[in-house]
Amino acid sequence: MKITSLDQLQKIKEQGFRRTYPDKIKVMVGMATCGISAGADKVYQTLADKMAELGLDIVLEKTGCIGFCQREPLVDVVYPGKVRLSYQGMNPEKTAALAEALKEGRIFLDNILCRIDEEELLMEGTVRPYANPHPVELPAEIPTYDDLSFFKKQVKISLRNCGFINPERIEEYIARGGYGALYQAVTQMTPEEVIAQVKDSGLRGRGGAGFPTGLKWEFCRNAPGDIKYVICNADEGDPGAFMDRGILEGDPHAVLEGMAIGAYAMGASAGYIYCRAEYPLAIEHLKTAISQAEAYGLLGEGIFGTDFSFKIKIREGAGAFVCGEETALIASIEGRVGEPRPRPPFPAQSGLWGKPTTINNVKTWSHIAPIIARGAEWYASLGSGQSKGTTVFSLVGKVNNSGLVEVPLGITLREMIFDLGGGIAGDRAFKAVQTGGPSGGCIPAEFLDTPVDYDSLAALGSIMGSGGMIVMDERDCMVNVAKYFLDFTRDESCGKCTPCREGTLRLMEILEAITEGRGQQGDIEKLEKMSELIKKTSLCGLGATAPNPVLTTIKYFRDEYEAHIQAQKCPAKVCKPLITFTVIDDKCNGCQLCRLKCPVEAIDGAKKVVHKVIQEKCIKCGTCFDACKFAAIGVE
Amino acid sequence: MKATTLEIDDILERYPKQPQHLISLLQDVQAEYKYISPEHLALICDHVGVPLTQAWAVATFYKSFSLEPRGEHEIKVCLGTTCHLKGGGRLVEACERDLAVARGHTTEDLRFTLDTVKCVGACALAPVVMIDEDYLGAASIPSLQKRLEKL
Repeated sequence: MKITSLDQLQKIKEQGFRRTYPDKIKVMVGMATCGISAGADKVYQTLADKMAELGLDIVLEKTGCIGFCQREPLVDVVYPGKVRLSYQGMNPEKTAALAEALKEGRIFLDNILCRIDEEELLMEGTVRPYANPHPVELPAEIPTYDDLSFFKKQVKISLRNCGFINPERIEEYIARGGYGALYQAVTQMTPEEVIAQVKDSGLRGRGGAGFPTGLKWEFCRNAPGDIKYVICNADEGDPGAFMDRGILEGDPHAVLEGMAIGAYAMGASAGYIYCRAEYPLAIEHLKTAISQAEAYGLLGEGIFGTDFSFKIKIREGAGAFVCGEETALIASIEGRVGEPRPRPPFPAQSGLWGKPTTINNVKTWSHIAPIIARGAEWYASLGSGQSKGTTVFSLVGKVNNSGLVEVPLGITLREMIFDLGGGIAGDRAFKAVQTGGPSGGCIPAEFLDTPVDYDSLAALGSIMGSGGMIVMDERDCMVNVAKYFLDFTRDESCGKCTPCREGTLRLMEILEAITEGRGQQGDIEKLEKMSELIKKTSLCGLGATAPNPVLTTIKYFRDEYEAHIQAQKCPAKVCKPLITFTVIDDKCNGCQLCRLKCPVEAIDGAKKVVHKVIQEKCIKCGTCFDACKFAAIGVE
Repeated sequence: MKATTLEIDDILERYPKQPQHLISLLQDVQAEYKYISPEHLALICDHVGVPLTQAWAVATFYKSFSLEPRGEHEIKVCLGTTCHLKGGGRLVEACERDLAVARGHTTEDLRFTLDTVKCVGACALAPVVMIDEDYLGAASIPSLQKRLEKL
């Protein structure tokens, strides 16, 4: 059935509402890639089996990632009219016990992460209570959603539906206000009015560079030409970043609706989603979403009975980091080698097949529908200064709470790491936070009170980037981290321009020498000089930002470089050629664990005899260090 | 191997004869045969009408294409930033030792291909290893060895 009127949309919405909020107990299993990696598929299967075995009359659904990836597998149970409980770290045994409890009509009280008393219906600006009309008494020690520091400061716009709907059911997306903004835009607003809303919202590109989205749209709208394209950049290549994956897997329609609104505003009739092939589940969910939207006439010819037509195709990335750069991405869609070209002309004038084209990132597109539904003023009330709204970060590394978090811009790094992230794991000391992936930098403790926004992070030599936030502790070597990123950019450099191709290689060689104890006086200065040159002369953003990890680590951790060069010491004890593993005699009780686990038989010893590392054989893999239960392996 | 010329024709027929479909075709052939043979590369070139040099440039530029046969099982150790910090490098080294094959290569018996990837996007469960289509989260050398023994 094609939806051509508000009434029809409303009808589907009511259907979806009954699906999303059934009268029965509803069990939702977080089945995004993070959940599946932690074993959510087994949990889901156990529930399905138990339902059949016990004749359980409940609704079992798959949902996307609610964000707390570290506590996966996550299972949410909505006890209708009573409460919603979120269960963490579920395994098949616990899941079976959960099913038994549901069969007996009990509320299962093990493995509880938190209780959720209400959910926000963002598109409408309302909340829907779970504990109505039968609130239940639960043990006081069970925290609420807002009690958890991980969730407390989050404001979910991009992630509004992740963990709340089945992403493979368009009706559930519509139930929570989906496609209402598209209806509003194409039936009640002129393209200029849509662009004005996006401009006034202050939304800036969430892909990294932070260009004002409304302005970009206006350029494209004003560019002469009958055929125009919109593209969604889902080639999330930054290592340590998985926000786009989370959105595409958990709420693909949010991106489709945003693209359709953008296409209407810019006068485009075709769109492409360029998604990296490493995200098979995201691609699968996108394909499902597109065909469902087409079936309802929300994509295709004559949307909502108007003369606006828009189709979306998916292009799978073939594995090239540089394709995140917009001109390289366009080349790749055209079937060519993904090499960037000089700009201007910008894609807004001459993009895909030479036609005016707008490329926005997944997160940017996912903000569009809420901006139209709730208004520019509402959106601009979130965030700070020149950085409005919210953005999604993947908060990972050495923090206690890893996962996807969406926060208003302007929150401080300290709040991110110590409140949401719950501080550094294992009571170690914080050393640095890395933002912006291979294009960004490492920010030290003294700047923890810096607000997270485009301009403040740039002032520190890093960038906001697409949203990776990787926390490092005292055991991480900053020279090694710089080397890691340079190895990455050297490998991913497309080779078209010399500064990037040769420059990243030379930087990498010097860093390699330093981490192997072959560093020389003057290397640091050489790195700095070459970095500046590469920044100034590279063709595209990849080369122009590639030296950032080197420059920031030199700027903030120069002493570590000096220790490597002058004393041939790695203070964090990471760089293999500079460390040795030894047995601490008075701690070793001769248990043989390390000797048996050593992959190269480099430990000599016998039962109850103090062991010894045979240095000539040792490959410094660290297995003995991890294996020893008595802290009897020393690293120097 | 289920390779027959009929199947390659079926794959070619999925796309119109235009150069823009080069990458999509290479991807489909890669997915079907796990690598792109010289014969298939030539057939693809004929179909979409691009010179072999251009197809070669594309096939060697993008990392997902392999011009050599792959192993029965593909092991991809993630070396994204978080996995790197949490010991992904040691997992690759352990695989190299246990399987006696260098990263980026395939064992002689064509059983295993060992590769590293630049981030599978499951960073909260780092370090992660992908074994064929399955993810092994919070991997350790023993848990990885156990999984490999099952294959």
